[in-house]
Amino acid sequence: MSNNDNHKGEGQGHVHAHPDSPCWSCRGSVDQRAPFCHACGIIQPARRGDEFQRLGMKADFDLDPKDLEKRYFAFQRTFHPDRFATKSSREKQLSLQHATDLNEAYDRLKAPLSRAEALLETKGAGVDDHARTESDPELLMEAMESREALADAETADEVAKLEALTRADIELSEEALSLAFSADDLEGATGIVTRLKYLLKLLQEIRRKRLVLNN
Amino acid sequence: MAEFLQIHEPGETPMPHADDNVAVGIDLGTTNSLIAIAHEGAPEILRGTDGRGMVPSVVAYLDDKVVVGADARPVLLDEPERVVASIKRLMGRGVEDLKTLGGKLPYDVDEAASEGGMVRLSIAGRSLTPVEISADILRALKNRAEEALDRNVEKAVITVPAYFDDAARAATKDAAKLAGLETLRLVNEPTAAALAYGLDKDVEGLYAVFDFGGGTFDISILRMEMGVFQVLATGGDAQLGGDDLDHAVAEHFLAERTETIGGDGELTITEVKNALMTARLAKECLTDQDQGKWMLGMDGEPTEHSLDRTHFNDLIAPIVERTIKLSRDVLLEADIMPDEVKGVVLVGGSTRVPLVREHVAGLFGQEPLADINPDEVVALGAALQAEALTAGSNALLLDVTPLSLGIETMGGMVEKVIHRNTPIPVAKAQEFTTYKDGQTAMAIHALQGEREMVDQNRSLARFELRGIPAMVAGAARIRVMFSVDADGLLTVSASEDSTGLEAQVEVKPSYGLSDEDMSRMLRESMEHGRSDMMERLLAEARVEGTRMLLAFESALEVDGELLIDDEKEVISQRISELRTAMTGDDRDAINTAVDVLNKATEGFASRRMDKDIRKALTGSSVDDIDGEMVNPEA
Repeated sequence: MSNNDNHKGEGQGHVHAHPDSPCWSCRGSVDQRAPFCHACGIIQPARRGDEFQRLGMKADFDLDPKDLEKRYFAFQRTFHPDRFATKSSREKQLSLQHATDLNEAYDRLKAPLSRAEALLETKGAGVDDHARTESDPELLMEAMESREALADAETADEVAKLEALTRADIELSEEALSLAFSADDLEGATGIVTRLKYLLKLLQEIRRKRLVLNN
Repeated sequence: MAEFLQIHEPGETPMPHADDNVAVGIDLGTTNSLIAIAHEGAPEILRGTDGRGMVPSVVAYLDDKVVVGADARPVLLDEPERVVASIKRLMGRGVEDLKTLGGKLPYDVDEAASEGGMVRLSIAGRSLTPVEISADILRALKNRAEEALDRNVEKAVITVPAYFDDAARAATKDAAKLAGLETLRLVNEPTAAALAYGLDKDVEGLYAVFDFGGGTFDISILRMEMGVFQVLATGGDAQLGGDDLDHAVAEHFLAERTETIGGDGELTITEVKNALMTARLAKECLTDQDQGKWMLGMDGEPTEHSLDRTHFNDLIAPIVERTIKLSRDVLLEADIMPDEVKGVVLVGGSTRVPLVREHVAGLFGQEPLADINPDEVVALGAALQAEALTAGSNALLLDVTPLSLGIETMGGMVEKVIHRNTPIPVAKAQEFTTYKDGQTAMAIHALQGEREMVDQNRSLARFELRGIPAMVAGAARIRVMFSVDADGLLTVSASEDSTGLEAQVEVKPSYGLSDEDMSRMLRESMEHGRSDMMERLLAEARVEGTRMLLAFESALEVDGELLIDDEKEVISQRISELRTAMTGDDRDAINTAVDVLNKATEGFASRRMDKDIRKALTGSSVDDIDGEMVNPEA
């Protein structure tokens, strides 16, 4: 196992993009992105990459949630620490790393807002909300008005109505996001992300109020 | 044995011995504990010679031995001060927590020894932590399994209430270690129960697990899809259980009693324990019967108390309603309507109470599932998971953090880093900065809980990140990383990004055990040992002796030429002394002989070390454990 001359040829195909590194266990060469050693089959450190790469997906805003979930489950089935409960502590540690990364990737890609943020990051366009909100007086005004409406709502029915409105608004924003990304309009997408963030915060406040009214 | 060997595909198992592979499931309950094993997906409770599966989580500390389970109950009547029950409620708790529990506790807290750390109880002249007491229960369960299976049992899946915080989880793992068990995984009780129902097999959809045990209440919403078992949301109260029902009834009885015989209502611990026991009997009786009569006989003046189902229901209604309210909160949080739930699983003895079942059926609009004994269902599920972890499984269990984890910020506020119901394992980082010019250290205080202010949450750990280069306020970039592993245990680390300074801190919960605590407890548990413990220790001492002899012989073979002067004679004298000691029953004599041989071979060993041979022959575990017990003059 320790001598892996026979694997050098196999690794060469990847050398350009992802140079090989030695397996921590058998010292054989492993493609830097391979989760398991070709030679001894042992688990390798998680090579991070972006959220889409971790779940083996194309970096795209539009995705099928069922497909996303299926991939997430399949990867967790392989890497979850429960699969390594009787292995060495190093293997346990590595599986923990993989499973943590997978949870993070799935969590980010699952919800449209965080998926959009992940995609913007992948494409090199981060979001600075603070600057954004301040530079968008219209959004600021809208935010103040809806907060007022929420503060004025006194019955569960009124709160439910606000919730329905906000949810509809959120759905529209998500559709707009999809359009912006498919037109590769990152500037536009960034604006929608800021607005969506505010809407989700508002929804949270509405739900908190609903909880209070329900109890 | 052969059947255990056959369950593995060739090459599937890395384990050299089938024995290493035996893994049990343990339900370490507040009132009762159980141990079970699964074989090819069929779990089975391991019963005692009396055929009973449940081991009451009651420990009696007698002068010469520790008694666990049903045999400890009679002691409760005669010498209640020697007996501890419901110790699970104190797992991972400090004295401060106890004060907030309110009322009179049936524990005699050793206040002085508990100061600033884990609770200690005074029991029959000993000062014991909940970890040690739980370890005694786990040891009894382990013995039971070893007798039933006729083999060593060293690995276990142990269940904990979903709502157990980090300190309580760590304490449970410590107790297992103390009892000689490796914890393969801590699994949340409701999750284990759902596994036992085979919800991981054919069914798909949403399920609720309503787990109302002796001391804790958990409500979990689980989703089953494509063989993956996801916990969506969990809630509950780690300090709400059947004990509270007993308390309600006991308080009623005691109030009646004071009314009848007068007095100021001041009670001794013995009286409280007696009243609680009677209340429990009444509760159990009123599960099937409509009414009954009970006696409280303290200080020679017995009083009679009658109670019917209706009055009982009135007494316990506030507690039952609280469980329903918590269930509603969790549904709301998971954004699930009660009628979307396909089935409700009942777990825990307290779900036998008719009023509880009525309320659960009312909330979900359906009769709950109760075809597996609610007392056994958790242990059965734990056994299935233990088998899945050791022998492999197609199903997968994805659990969540039950409580939010956060960090103290300015003004005593808590900033959440990981929100509750986040799938685990998880790692999240938050950035903080300095608030003063030239600030070179930052105190980091990790907390657990849902509230906004520090003092409303549970303090987990404090540490300091030092050596931050002096910069203007707000320039340093301090990243605090929270990592929660698959057992739900937290690690916190911090780093300063602009300089790369790093402080990796393994967070030990405030009420956790230090390594010294752990080794002292291991030692003490042996000193106090009961007879079967003594036998085990004797066997262990012999094994250690044999190991030592073998190790020494092979060292001599390789490096015999390193012996100088009369060493050879002295050592062979010591070897024959050890051999003689090992034929006897005196463990101390064996340990002493081992120690003396160790001493005699020190020079030889260090010369071998000098030769850069790392296989040191000293430093065996006997040294660590029994070092203080050995008289070097012997």
